Amino acid sequence: MAGIDHGQQRRRIVQALGAASALGALGAAAPAFAQSTKLKVGFMLPYTGTYAALGRAIENGFKLYVNEQGGKLGGREIEYFTVDDESEPAKAADNVNKLIKRDNVDVIVGTVHSGVQMAIVKAARDNNTLLIIPNAGVDEATGPLCAPNIFRVSFSNSQPGLAMGIVAALRGYKTAVTITWKYAAGEQSIGGFKETFEKGGGKVLKELYVPFPNVEFQALLTEIASIKPTCTYAFFAGGGAVKFVKDYAAAGLKDKVPLLGAGFLTDGTLDAQGGAADGLLTTLHYADNLTTPRNTAFRLAYAKAYSSKADVYAVQGYDSAQLLGIGLRAVGGDIGQRPLLIRAMAAAEIDSPRGKITLSPSHNVVQDFYLRKVENGENKSIGLAAKSLADPGRGCTMG
Amino acid sequence: MDLPIFLIQVLNSVQYGLLLFLVASGLTLIFGIMGVVNLAHGSFYMLGAYTAFTLSSLTGNLFTAIALGVVLAVAFGYVLEWVFFSFLYRRDHLQQVLLTYGLILVFEEIRSLTVGDDVHGVSVPASLSASLPLGSTMSYPIYNLFISVACLVVATLLFLLLRKTRLGMMIRAGASNREMVRSLGIDIDFLFRVVFALGVALAAFAGMIAAPASSVYPGMGNQVLIICFVVVVIGGIGSVTGALVAALLIGFIDTFGKVFLPDYSGILVYLLMAVILVWRPEGLFRENAV
Repeated sequence: MAGIDHGQQRRRIVQALGAASALGALGAAAPAFAQSTKLKVGFMLPYTGTYAALGRAIENGFKLYVNEQGGKLGGREIEYFTVDDESEPAKAADNVNKLIKRDNVDVIVGTVHSGVQMAIVKAARDNNTLLIIPNAGVDEATGPLCAPNIFRVSFSNSQPGLAMGIVAALRGYKTAVTITWKYAAGEQSIGGFKETFEKGGGKVLKELYVPFPNVEFQALLTEIASIKPTCTYAFFAGGGAVKFVKDYAAAGLKDKVPLLGAGFLTDGTLDAQGGAADGLLTTLHYADNLTTPRNTAFRLAYAKAYSSKADVYAVQGYDSAQLLGIGLRAVGGDIGQRPLLIRAMAAAEIDSPRGKITLSPSHNVVQDFYLRKVENGENKSIGLAAKSLADPGRGCTMG
Repeated sequence: MDLPIFLIQVLNSVQYGLLLFLVASGLTLIFGIMGVVNLAHGSFYMLGAYTAFTLSSLTGNLFTAIALGVVLAVAFGYVLEWVFFSFLYRRDHLQQVLLTYGLILVFEEIRSLTVGDDVHGVSVPASLSASLPLGSTMSYPIYNLFISVACLVVATLLFLLLRKTRLGMMIRAGASNREMVRSLGIDIDFLFRVVFALGVALAAFAGMIAAPASSVYPGMGNQVLIICFVVVVIGGIGSVTGALVAALLIGFIDTFGKVFLPDYSGILVYLLMAVILVWRPEGLFRENAV
């Protein structure tokens, strides 16, 4: 079952794909004699299927940072290995073993899909392989399954929900109905919203669920109309997000019961949603109009390197490389000094295009969440929803 | 649940059921009359939706796009039958499954290469974009009602075609005994090509007409394929009336299941199928096929 990460297909032009595959080919064709001195980075990402664009954005972002450092991290040249995980959980265990057992990589960067991520996390724990998660939000990875060698620079599924719960309570909404697909990512997002919303004095009247990946919402929209809450919190992504937002507006609910959502509700889907999305509030760790010098420089460099617009996935790929770089610099490129490397990574302060980020004791990213409003086809930040928001990392025994 | 809300839910059920019927009717024709297990049927739905998206942004008018799209779909179905499916009739189901599964992959790849993997929306035509207020909080989009009416019209036309016309008679005769019809001097190959083209056009039409009310995304066809097979199996293979009844039944079960048994709504439809198959293994309307 797909994870949240579901993000979205991003518009990408053909040259970018060409550039990415050319880079991949160069990496694979690295001369054999240099292998002993090069650091082996294994990308386990979706290169085909619905999330292909996300996988490429992550790889592009990662390589952009490495190239900015002169092709080296901590003084070590990098050799790339890639495995297409196809967002297919059934093949995940085999695929991750190709990187660990066959290619013998030093670090794995992956992946997008939460189901596939679970298999990677298990393999990384079993083999003690260093793992950086560039997207998948499945809470368990930095919860019950957390480990010293596992890091996440993207988000946990609960995080956007936790941020939106705070906003909803502050805005004075008293009651809410939540709606999502019945699967882990959706339930974790709803859990986050409920936690902070009820702490702030609100009450979730009903949690509505649709079987994944069903997109027939009409019956449940009628339910919302009959319950009449003061707001609705929704978690959907991709095609489901497009249909839900359009159905919600068409049912006349948009003006009567404000719709709030995790950022994925309106990320990469705005063209398709059209006017139905105007004015919606969502929370995410990135927005389309961040004008910090850091973000502007990043977007410019990315556009120059790949002839396409950077998105949140590119940022997460870029930060994966930054995190690895910080660790490697601390050990002078000697990846064998594992405890020192991990200590440096865990203590990292990363100057991300999204803003400064650090890591929690369970190695999940601690970051600001933006409150974003849909305006003129963009997710514009209208302020901070939550400062330095950490996932509670329940079930994690580290730290 | 008070009365107005109950009535709105009934409306939701009928509306969903009718749309399901429209997609499944093409499958029941191809599967029931021609005896071909066509896994690529969902792809025709997907191609229809993407055609509506592409043509409506080119022509600026959804109805023009649909008219053009139906013509394209008929031509596409006609050629497809000639090139691939005409070789399948005497072969067993496994080979049919193999070919039509392969076609799914090919169609998805063509879609990916030509239109891309993005999620798209098609805007509702201005003349149908209003909503009817229902109850105090809710309103009902007129376009959804338009879809229901269009589905009813297609259902009626299909029924008349099969029951009241000479072509329909030949099709029904061909379904029961291909060789006998051929020996009567009727060009059965041509006839089946027409039926296949009609089936493809029905699925594509459903995709086109549903596109504005839904979203257009990769993999949308496979999602609809499974539920279509459920409709066909419950209704009785080859029975258009059966497909209509089964589709409405599923509409009600799905809608009210989500409201009253939210934890089990995902399996209710399949449970219904299992119960009906135990009770009537041939489906609801098997005896009087077509």
